[in-house]
Amino acid sequence: MPDPTAAPPPALRLHRVAKSFGAVTAVSDVSLTLHPGRVHALAGENGAGKSTLVRMLAGVHRPDRGTLELDGHPTVLRDPAAARAAGIAVIHQEPTLFPDLSIAENLYLSRQPTGRLGRIDRRALRAATTAQLARLGVTLDPDRPARGLSIADQQLVEIARALSLDARIFVMDEPTAALSGTEAARLAAVVRGLCDRGAAVLFISHRFEEIFGLAHDITVLRDGRHVSTDPADRLTPDTVVRRMVGRDVGALYPKTPTTPGDTVLEVTGLTRHGAFHDISFSVRRGEILALAGLVGAGRSEVVRAVFGVDRYDAGTVTVAGRPLPAGSPAAAMAAGLALVPEDRRQQGLVLQLSVERNTALTRLRRLARHGLLTTRRERADALHWTERLRVRHGGTHTPAGTLSGGNQQKIVLAKWLATEPAVLILDEPTRGIDIGTKAEVHRMMSELAARGLAIVMVSSELPEVLGMADRILVLHEGRATATLPGPGATAETVMAAATGHPGGAA
Amino acid sequence: MTRAHPRELGVLAALLLLIAGTAAANPRFLSAQSVRDLLLSAAILTVLAAGQTVVVLTRNIDLSVGSVLGLAAFGTADLLATHPGTPLPLAALAGITIGALCGALNGALISYGGVPALVITLGTLYVLRGAAHSWAAGRQINAADLPRPFLDLGTATVLGIPLLALLATAVVLAVALWLHSYRSGRELYAIGSEPAAAARAGVPAGRRIRTAFLLSGSLAGLAGVLYAARYGTVDATAGQGMELQVVAAVVVGGVAIFGGSGSVTGAALGALLLTCIGSSLAVLRVDPFWQQAVVGALILAAIGLDRLLTTRLAARAARTAPEVSRAG
Repeated sequence: MPDPTAAPPPALRLHRVAKSFGAVTAVSDVSLTLHPGRVHALAGENGAGKSTLVRMLAGVHRPDRGTLELDGHPTVLRDPAAARAAGIAVIHQEPTLFPDLSIAENLYLSRQPTGRLGRIDRRALRAATTAQLARLGVTLDPDRPARGLSIADQQLVEIARALSLDARIFVMDEPTAALSGTEAARLAAVVRGLCDRGAAVLFISHRFEEIFGLAHDITVLRDGRHVSTDPADRLTPDTVVRRMVGRDVGALYPKTPTTPGDTVLEVTGLTRHGAFHDISFSVRRGEILALAGLVGAGRSEVVRAVFGVDRYDAGTVTVAGRPLPAGSPAAAMAAGLALVPEDRRQQGLVLQLSVERNTALTRLRRLARHGLLTTRRERADALHWTERLRVRHGGTHTPAGTLSGGNQQKIVLAKWLATEPAVLILDEPTRGIDIGTKAEVHRMMSELAARGLAIVMVSSELPEVLGMADRILVLHEGRATATLPGPGATAETVMAAATGHPGGAA
Repeated sequence: MTRAHPRELGVLAALLLLIAGTAAANPRFLSAQSVRDLLLSAAILTVLAAGQTVVVLTRNIDLSVGSVLGLAAFGTADLLATHPGTPLPLAALAGITIGALCGALNGALISYGGVPALVITLGTLYVLRGAAHSWAAGRQINAADLPRPFLDLGTATVLGIPLLALLATAVVLAVALWLHSYRSGRELYAIGSEPAAAARAGVPAGRRIRTAFLLSGSLAGLAGVLYAARYGTVDATAGQGMELQVVAAVVVGGVAIFGGSGSVTGAALGALLLTCIGSSLAVLRVDPFWQQAVVGALILAAIGLDRLLTTRLAARAARTAPEVSRAG
């Protein structure tokens, strides 16, 4: 519990800041205080104003109103360099390093230790890098180029770099969104280490286990406004979610029971050496099948093989009784399969293209008249789908990359739903999107299933699996370890199977 | 950074193989005179390649170097022909200055105008060539018009090694030292490797890019002076088409065309390799058409190799960190 009278002045204090972009108010009247040695979590849906706050602290945006104090002194961060100089380090979800330069040079670019005649002293550079990484408790070869480092390691390099710049305030913008469980745990340990050394941390995450595992204080934002700030131990995930969305959590998994129809997709004995082995499952109309398991269990690989993106070595895939040729996404699409990939930015969308172009991509032929696509048709079609899925966008002509994560995901969904598939395969449909949009995606899945669509969903989130699935196929190291009925499954039975100890659950 | 550079070693191996093969077929290929000629021919290309490397590292390109060379060569020769008393260092400085001005122009247009270097230097390629033509007005300066000591520079040797080759080596070593061991040199790699990260790290990208073009222009100016000294006959077409040879040398030498990696030593080896191919195919009496085809194939091989290495590295990273992009 911080005691404002006894404690040293806060490392950073935002007082009633506001920022508008044109007519859009991104943040209004938000106050936030970061104390040395404490982790402050920022929770809120996408669009709640978190990113704008981060950009203020990074010196990218200047608040229209309100003040920023560092160690009790009012400060204006004119540009990113000023923020850096003030000891503020922003760690992004996906760091931008120099892939061709060594880790050491990534840390010390333009600040390399120099020796005689201003030449770079490589030995000192290496030693400094090793020391800096050791402070974080990681060992990486300083001479190794940054290309090929995992995102987790890249973040650590970024943090080490910030430490070497004497940063005291760390702003972490969804650092764990792309990390595996172990990597996220390692990052959490690093964050605790930073705090122990007196750093103040602002931590943004959509994952409540992390927020509650790490944070001392939690601030909730909604629609650009400050909702609450409380010590973490006085809150529960449920209260936080309620404050974030302004409604009850139960609405998150609006699963409506359906009566399954005929079997649409049947997979038997699917095997790809080194990835998965002897996977069989079937999905009926109106049914949602979840593929659960730990990261690396091979779930994405299975659905990619089913859809024909990857080849497989043995097994068959039949759609509505007819065998599907292997390795042909075109045949899969023609047979009525649709795959919404996990990585929407890389595989699901052409970010530079407009919303309307993106939604039309799967049906270029069908939308074309005499072989010609007209913008008008694309636009009309895009409007129809964006309205149906309630996509928030600044016009269908704006590039897809400018939309928020949740809205991007909806565009991907729209693109595939427009093909009127019989089987919809969703790989991590709600990864990295905010709670409100998550609920909408779930509601949509429910509706689609109710209308007779068969849905296969790969998900790493247990609540999502338990809340949405009619049946759950659990994979462990490329093998199916259990098939559980959705309603009867519990977090324990799924986890037991996912870790390879199904016990009597199967 | 002290690790072995496989690309440079690869080019070196190809070079040695080519020399050994040609020498086996025709031992005169390794005669002192023939080697001297080879080094002389490679020297000018190497100087240009050193400048081009610096530019390409920053994810830019300088297509104007052939025209800059022509302008500087003609300028230097004209100065010496009309004022035969000009001290040679001053004449050389004049040539380099012409190049530096052209490079400064390129750099300013690119960094202030925000226009891709490809377009700007394609423009200056024609503009500067036009300037050379209008300056020369059809004149050709012949060896007879130039002072003897200047022409001697083109053929002089030190301990049997052509002076021009030594000069080119000195240029390569100096640029290599800068790129390898100085902060500003490393920043060029950073700019080419990831411009966004460079901006965030506070690298003065505009200034560094202007410096790169200034250097490329100056070295093209120097190359012009060397060209005039070596050939003695200079008109407005000097160095025409040279820019593509230079880019070829740089790419074959392992400098990534999208910037961020490669070395000037590699580029110099590339220049040497291309020159060698030219003379060895001539020695072997191979149709000149094949000479061009071989150069083309080499460029494709070099780029293919880069792609392969990059994808393999990425694949290895994906294997060592399985499914990093997956939420846990």
